[in-house]
Amino acid sequence: MQIWSPLYRPSIWSFRTSIGNREVGMDMWQVTTLAARIQESLLNQDFVRAGIFLGGGLAATVAAVSLLGLVLVYAERKVAAHFQCRLGPMRVGWHGVLQPIADGIKLFLKEDIIPTEADRLLFVLAPFFCILGMFLAILVLPVSPEIQIIDLDMGVIFLAAVSGFGVFGVLLGGWSSNNKWSMLGAMRAAAQIVSYEVSLTLALLVVVMFSGSLKMSEIIQSQAAGWWIWRAHGVGLVAFLVYVIASVAELNRAPFDLSEGESELTGGFHTEYSGLRFGLFFLAEFINMVLASAFAATFFLGGWMPFHLGDWQAFNAVMDRIPPLLWFVGKTSFMVFLFMWFRWTFPRLRVDQLMALEWKFLLPVSLVNLLVGAAVVLSGFYFFS
Amino acid sequence: MEFLFIFLFILLAALFVTGGLVASRLVAPHRPGRVKNRPYECGNKSVGPAWVQFNVAYYLLALLFLVFDVEAAFLFPWALAFRGAGWVGFLEVLIFVGVLGVGLLYAWKKGALEWV
Repeated sequence: MQIWSPLYRPSIWSFRTSIGNREVGMDMWQVTTLAARIQESLLNQDFVRAGIFLGGGLAATVAAVSLLGLVLVYAERKVAAHFQCRLGPMRVGWHGVLQPIADGIKLFLKEDIIPTEADRLLFVLAPFFCILGMFLAILVLPVSPEIQIIDLDMGVIFLAAVSGFGVFGVLLGGWSSNNKWSMLGAMRAAAQIVSYEVSLTLALLVVVMFSGSLKMSEIIQSQAAGWWIWRAHGVGLVAFLVYVIASVAELNRAPFDLSEGESELTGGFHTEYSGLRFGLFFLAEFINMVLASAFAATFFLGGWMPFHLGDWQAFNAVMDRIPPLLWFVGKTSFMVFLFMWFRWTFPRLRVDQLMALEWKFLLPVSLVNLLVGAAVVLSGFYFFS
Repeated sequence: MEFLFIFLFILLAALFVTGGLVASRLVAPHRPGRVKNRPYECGNKSVGPAWVQFNVAYYLLALLFLVFDVEAAFLFPWALAFRGAGWVGFLEVLIFVGVLGVGLLYAWKKGALEWV
């Protein structure tokens, strides 16, 4: 449905604008969560339905995590191979599609070694923290209007808090190994994650400021008039770029992978980990990449919102036909591909360059960006009521 | 109800990890050895523990992080209500961010951001 407003500008690059589009957005999309459905079933005394939803939700989460891990290992290897004009895994199954399953079985059957000089308790706990951070972030992820587990009122703050668990896992894993490589890798990784966390939070703050809400569903619906990346005269775009750079650094991925630089540190914090424990670190890393992409899509690319172009009613109608789930999957896959692309495009940074990039460039840029964004909104430029 | 889910997911993560490790324990070999269980240092015998004094630059970084992360946490309420707060609120935040910006400049000039 088309929303008309006196502030509307007839140009293809001005996306739909409206006064109070947040209220209109509420009417357009009916959002439900798993928690809300279970609550409703319980109120109706329908305990079987509540049980089915609860069990199904938990099982689906575990299944999705395991499956995504397999798919990503395959995707990463294939994308990497084709960037280097190789074929990648080809032997196991059709075009090597069963390769990640073979890898998984191998990891499962490997001996689980805990070094004698390690701090046993912390060594065992470390992978758990990585997995915990991942699971808790999935909790607030809006996959489509119908698929979301809980929609917290303070979703963004919850996300920022939960993403800190990964640092615990890395730092504990590296420290408890009692290995110099692990220790160095862990310290570097912690310093890096902690530094880029600041810019990441400030970039999210811009979106919170524009949408006026910490709730994931409301942040998505505030983008009904245009995705945040395009709006606010470039402020959104700068915030998006800061978010992407900071999240690549948070994920310890190339070009910021010097905490695991295999040529320098033999693997970094997980040097001493073997078998399934190593697999858990690996899984958490891959799923965290998907989550970073998914949240980038949610905050800046409209989440499950379809793409709309000005007053092109026919075009918009076609776009509305595509289900929100597909939009979300498409945007997330694009971001994941972007992260894989980065790995084969940029050379690895030095430690001092890494720190200089964050503290001398990204932090000032994101602070100024935040203030410029606030000034733009307060001075009432055309797209805000 | 929503917070119940957070506890449920903490349990789920614990179950995921322990379930996997226990299942792996059942099928994987387990033959520890004195040399095998030593820290891996590319074949060299390791000298002393890894728990030693570390570069102080990491500590400086932690302090800087603390300051700016708390700043971000303080900015969240303002970001939610800044339309109501108007230009007065903007000015106050400008002063707040400005003070921290001066702090960053000070750290910069003092060389706290240089990684040696």
